[in-house]
This record gives sequence, structure tokens and C-alpha cells, in this order.
Amino acid sequence: MTDATASTPAAPASGRRQSISLFRQDAHTKRRNAAETRFKAYGLTAVLVGLFFLIVLFGSIISNGLPAFTRTVVELELTLTQEQYEEAESKLLKTGAYRDFFIAAFDRELEERGVEVEYDAAALERILGKIGGNLREFYTANEDRLGQPVDFELSTSSRIDGYFNGRLKREDVRDSRFLMSTDLDLADELYAAGIMKSDFNWNFITGADSGVDNPGGAGIGASVVGSFFMMIVVLVLSLPIGVAASIYLEEFAPKNRWTDLIEVNISNLAAVPSIVFGILGLAVFIQFAGLPQSAPLVGGLVLTLMTLPTIIISTRASLKSVPPSIRDAALGVGASKMQAVFHHVLPLAMPGILTGTIIGLAQALGETAPLLLIGMVGFVARGYPDGFVSGFTEANSAMPAQIYTWAARADASFYEKAWGGIIILLLFLMTMNIIAIVLRRRFERRW
Amino acid sequence: MNMTDMPATAETVTTMTSPKSKITAKNVEVFYGDTHAIKDVDVEIEDRNVTAFIGPSGCGKSTFLRCLNRMNDTIDICRVEGRIEIDGEDIYDKKVDPVQLRAKVGMVFQKPNPFPKSIYDNIAYGPRIHGLARSKRDLDDIVEKSLRRGAIWDEVKDRLQEPGTGLSGGQQQRLCIARAIATEPEVLLMDEPCSALDPIATDQVENLIDELRQDYSVVIVTHSMQQAARVSQKTAFFHLGNLVEYGETDQIFTNPQDPRTESYISGRIG
Ligand SMILES: Nc1ncnc2c1ncn2[C@@H]1O[C@H](COP(=O)(O)OP(=O)(O)OP(=O)(O)O)[C@@H](O)[C@H]1O
Ligand SMILES: [Mg+2]
Repeated sequence: MTDATASTPAAPASGRRQSISLFRQDAHTKRRNAAETRFKAYGLTAVLVGLFFLIVLFGSIISNGLPAFTRTVVELELTLTQEQYEEAESKLLKTGAYRDFFIAAFDRELEERGVEVEYDAAALERILGKIGGNLREFYTANEDRLGQPVDFELSTSSRIDGYFNGRLKREDVRDSRFLMSTDLDLADELYAAGIMKSDFNWNFITGADSGVDNPGGAGIGASVVGSFFMMIVVLVLSLPIGVAASIYLEEFAPKNRWTDLIEVNISNLAAVPSIVFGILGLAVFIQFAGLPQSAPLVGGLVLTLMTLPTIIISTRASLKSVPPSIRDAALGVGASKMQAVFHHVLPLAMPGILTGTIIGLAQALGETAPLLLIGMVGFVARGYPDGFVSGFTEANSAMPAQIYTWAARADASFYEKAWGGIIILLLFLMTMNIIAIVLRRRFERRW
Repeated sequence: MNMTDMPATAETVTTMTSPKSKITAKNVEVFYGDTHAIKDVDVEIEDRNVTAFIGPSGCGKSTFLRCLNRMNDTIDICRVEGRIEIDGEDIYDKKVDPVQLRAKVGMVFQKPNPFPKSIYDNIAYGPRIHGLARSKRDLDDIVEKSLRRGAIWDEVKDRLQEPGTGLSGGQQQRLCIARAIATEPEVLLMDEPCSALDPIATDQVENLIDELRQDYSVVIVTHSMQQAARVSQKTAFFHLGNLVEYGETDQIFTNPQDPRTESYISGRIG
């Protein structure tokens, strides 16, 4: 501050400051307090601006993503006999036959409920998609279910789905071969009758990706599993390697030109764009080492490369922050260097190491670019891996890759799914952060 | 000084020095990078005796003390030259493991530095890693004995599981003293052990030092002339990295040979 230049001219020449009442602030104090108040106001403004954007962010994520968690379905009990099945299979237009069976059952259901609506098969297909095809697909795969009643749950087309969750407004509907405005009246009536209803979309959380033509069936579950296996690889590799490297560099390595060089290069690595690691992974792990494409193992290896510098840098920083007097104390009672490090330094550095690790893992979890190059983006995971080992080696997607894939698809309903996926991704991250905080508390509370 | 004219070979050192000699330092030079912290120091520290290092701040007392258990090895820029022997063995020899040396030469640091662990673990750590206790009972005994000798037992006996860092500064220092003697060293180096203690605790520590003298040799750095006079038999006066004067404590305080010593102990420099 420029306090010195503005000193009060009233200062007596004798050198001794004139004594003034403590109840009155002198000019100097006033200026200092004003500066402090101003600074606090700046800080508060910054925090509020940050908070505002956070709220906007979360608000838009939630409002855009929530519809992905509900879906509109038609429930119908249907029994197909062996004869009907054989009859349908013998026809030239097989799906047409199945559709007729479905419509018959649908009519019966309407009658039972006492609902009177006018509709044609084409309208029903616009609302429910390829009814005949789906039905045939089910029965050819499950011939044993013939002759028994089966509860079908048919998801509505993405437009009808959007109409019920607010994405599609009635005014915006222009009649086309995908949707007529009369279809909406029909849907409303079915909805009112209770045949069509909205419920929680469990399939979105547990299911696998569905392919471009069926947004209703798309789920993020398989890619959550993919991400999970990737994180296991990253954690298992980068934590021990990173911590061991940091301990060596910080506590044991001589400080010379070589270690300086290594240190500089680790910092450089932390700044390398992730896509570079992606192409490295493609060249080394897939093309050279022959590991399977799109596999969480390869993704994990690439992300490990990316995470290592972060972990090493934060681990070294937290080792550095352990007061040297603790090392002296341990060495002074005759502990070896290794004992000093493992008994005293490392436990004290643990909270910092954990924080760094979690930050590294969180970065890795959200990383998309390197996955692009090893084939995890755009890959349609149609199911779960069927074992622990194949979880690593079988081609799968990962959460951010899945979100990217959805966002790139034409159907607006996938866009909604992308936002929903982001909610799941954020939940995952928050869980990780909470685990980190809990662990850190545990380590800190010890002393 | 009484050592400058001594022959330098190892055998003659052991034969020439009295059997009481524990540590012999010859031509010791210490550098921190380009700073010359210790300049050609020769000193002979006797067994079962207390030696006091006195001198103005920054004159190299701590530095020299840390040479005696090779704590300076941990400072990268620190370089030690010359020869320091304990029981006639060169401690800077390549064959010597500094860890083994430090078990034999314990140290209390200038700033109290308890481990951020429980009081019990602070004391038990040394005996544990050196395998001094065969059972939990043994260990309990060692802990109690050490805390008693460190003059802190009464204050902490009910809170052994509480963190050592939660003690007051003076208590922490006594805890560190107790920790140092728990490993049963042969030589105990104490860097201003009483600087944070009240007169009562100081008195207890001085009694402890006196008691330790029966079995160990003790080297103590202190800024208190009275303390040096009270507890030590030999006193070394350091000034700007030089060992100016070394001799019987009585003689140093009553009849100093060097004018610098004289002005320091009479309070004119320092
Ligand atoms: N780690 C270090 N790095 C560089 N210089 C050091 C280091 N430790 C000590 N020195 C220097 O060595 C000289 C002697 O320091 P030393 O700590 O031995 O003094 P001292 O006699 O113990 O002082 P005091 O009574 O204040 O503790 C000082 O000039 C100091 O600046
Ligand atoms: Mg000192």
C-alpha cells in the first residue's frame, strides 16, 4: 500500500507519536481496514460467481439428463401358441403376421379395460416401433415361452417418449411418416387408460448400448463396468509405481543432474495432451504388443501413463512437506533410511498421496481423447463381460466414450441419454471423492 | 590444545590416549557447499564424562555434534573431512554402517521432534527396531524406565496412548531425551536439551545427565554457562568454526587461556 507517502503531517518533530484515543481509528487504521474490507468483498464476489456457474452447470445437467431416467412403455400380456407361431413362420411376411397377433391382443386388452379408441396398425407402429419384428425376435429366441402368457413391456418410440417427458411439444409436431399429430391423441388416450405409462428407466442404469435405431433401449451399465475395470487397472498400476518412484526420487536418489532431468521430464509428461498418450497406447499396446482393441485393459494402461505423472508430482510434494525433523528423529534413534520412510514419513504423507491419487483417477475416469484412439469410442457394447478376466480383455466402452458416442448420434433421444450419462459419471466421481475424503480423515485423525 | 602434537596413526592413538577416551576427532573440517562451518577441529571426548560445547550462535556446535553420529550424511551439501574415531574405529570408514553407528551414538536434537505417534510408541520405537525387548512386558518396562529417567514419567503416565506432539514444548524435549536413552546408546549427544525447559525440569535433566555419566559419555551443547559449569567435566569453546579452547571445565571458567574464551564467558561477545 502507499501508506508511507500519506503519513500524517501532524506527527510531532520530537519523534514520539502523538497519543490518540483508542476509541477513534486513525487515518492509517481506517485505510488498512478499508483495504481489508475491499479484499474480502472481492473474494466473496469470486466465490459467488463460482457458485452461480456451478448451480447453472448442475441445473442444466439435471434438467437435461433427468428425462433419460424415465421412459414410457406399453405393457401387454400376450400368449402365442405353438400353432400360431408355426403359422406365422410359414408366411412370406412373417413380421406382419406377428404384428397382427399383437394387435389382436391389444384390442382384447382395450376391450377389457373398456377403452374405446380408433387406431390403425400404422399409427401403432409409429408409436411402438417395429412391433412384429420385436415379437418375432423374442419368440425365435425363446421358443420355450410359447403357449404361456408373457408380459411384454414395449418401449415407445423416441418421439412419443419425448412427448411424455417434455422434450417434444405438440405444437412442434409436423406430420411425417415418423409421427402424425393424431398419434399424440392416441397416445394420450392410451396413457389416460393406463395401458401406456411412464416409469423409472432401470434399463438406462443397468443396460448396455443399443445401437442407433433404438434409443429407448440404450443403457450406460456396460460402460460403467468398462470404466470400473479401467480404473482397477489404473489404480493397481499407477499407485504402487507412482508412490515407489516418488519415494525413490524424493528420499533415496542423489540430487544431481540426472535426477533433475528426470524431475523436469515428469513435469513435462504431466502437461502432455492426453491424445498423445492415446496414440502411444495404440502403437505400443495394440499394434506392437498385440493386446485386444477397445479393451478396458488397454484403456487402463493408457490412462495409467497419463495418471502416473500426476500421482508422482503430488506424492513428491506431500513427501516434501513432511518436516525433515521427523526423518532426523527416526535416524537419530538408529532407524535405517527405509524404516524412517516407511514408519514415519509415508504415514504422514498419506493424506496428500491419497488426494493426488484420487485427482489422478478422477481425471482418468473422465478422459475421452485417448480412448478415441484405442477404439473405445463408437464401440457398441451390447452386453456385460461374462467374467472377471474378460472384464479386462473383452471389448467394452467407457462412460465418457459412451457419452460421446451418444452425443454424436442423430436421434434427439440419444442427446438426452448423453446428459443422463453425465449424471452417472458425476455420481461416480463424487463417490470417489467421498471415499478419498473419508480415507484422508482416517489417516489424519490418527494424530 | 592437548592433542595437536599426537601421532596420527590409529594404533598409536589408542595407545597414546588414556583408556578413558571414547571419541577422538582429528583435523575435522566441515563444509556446507562453500561455507566452511568447522575449521580444523581436534578434540578428544572422554568416556563416562560430560563434555560441554559452548560458543556463540552459528559457531558450529550443532554441526560438529552432528558429525559425531554422521547425521550430517543426510544433508546433501554437507561435506566432512578429517578423522573421527569412536573406540579407535574410524566412523567415516566405508565399512561403517551409519545406522549401526547411530544406535550406538544417540542424539537429542535442538528442536524437540517427537514422532506424531503416541507417547508410548515414541519411546518404544527405538527398542522395537533394535529388538531390545523380548516381550510386551519388557517393552513396557523400558518405556517406563526411560520416561522416568527423562523426568517426564509422572506427567505422562496416565496418557501414554495420547500423541507425543500434544505435549508442551518442554515436555516434548524431555520425551525426546527419554526416547534417546531408551535405545541404550554408549554416547549421548544433546543439542541444547534444556533450552525449552523450566528450572525444575532443567534440574531433573541435569541430574539425569549426571547419572548417565556413570555408564555413558555425554556431549552437551548449551548456551548456559552455569549449566556447562554445573554438569560438565570438560568444556570446549567454539568460535566461528574454530575450536578455540578445550580443557577441564573448572579451568576454562576460572582461568581461560584464550582472550576470546575469556570475553565470551564473561559475556562480552556472543
Ligand atoms: N543445513 C545447513 N546448510 C547450510 N549451512 C548450514 C546448515 N546448517 C548450519 N549451517 C551453517 O553452519 C554454521 C554453523 O551452524 P550450526 O547450526 O552448527 O551453529 P550452532 O553453533 O549450533 O548455532 P546455535 O547455537 O544457534 O544453534 C552456520 O553458519 C550455519 O549457517
Ligand atoms: Mg545449534
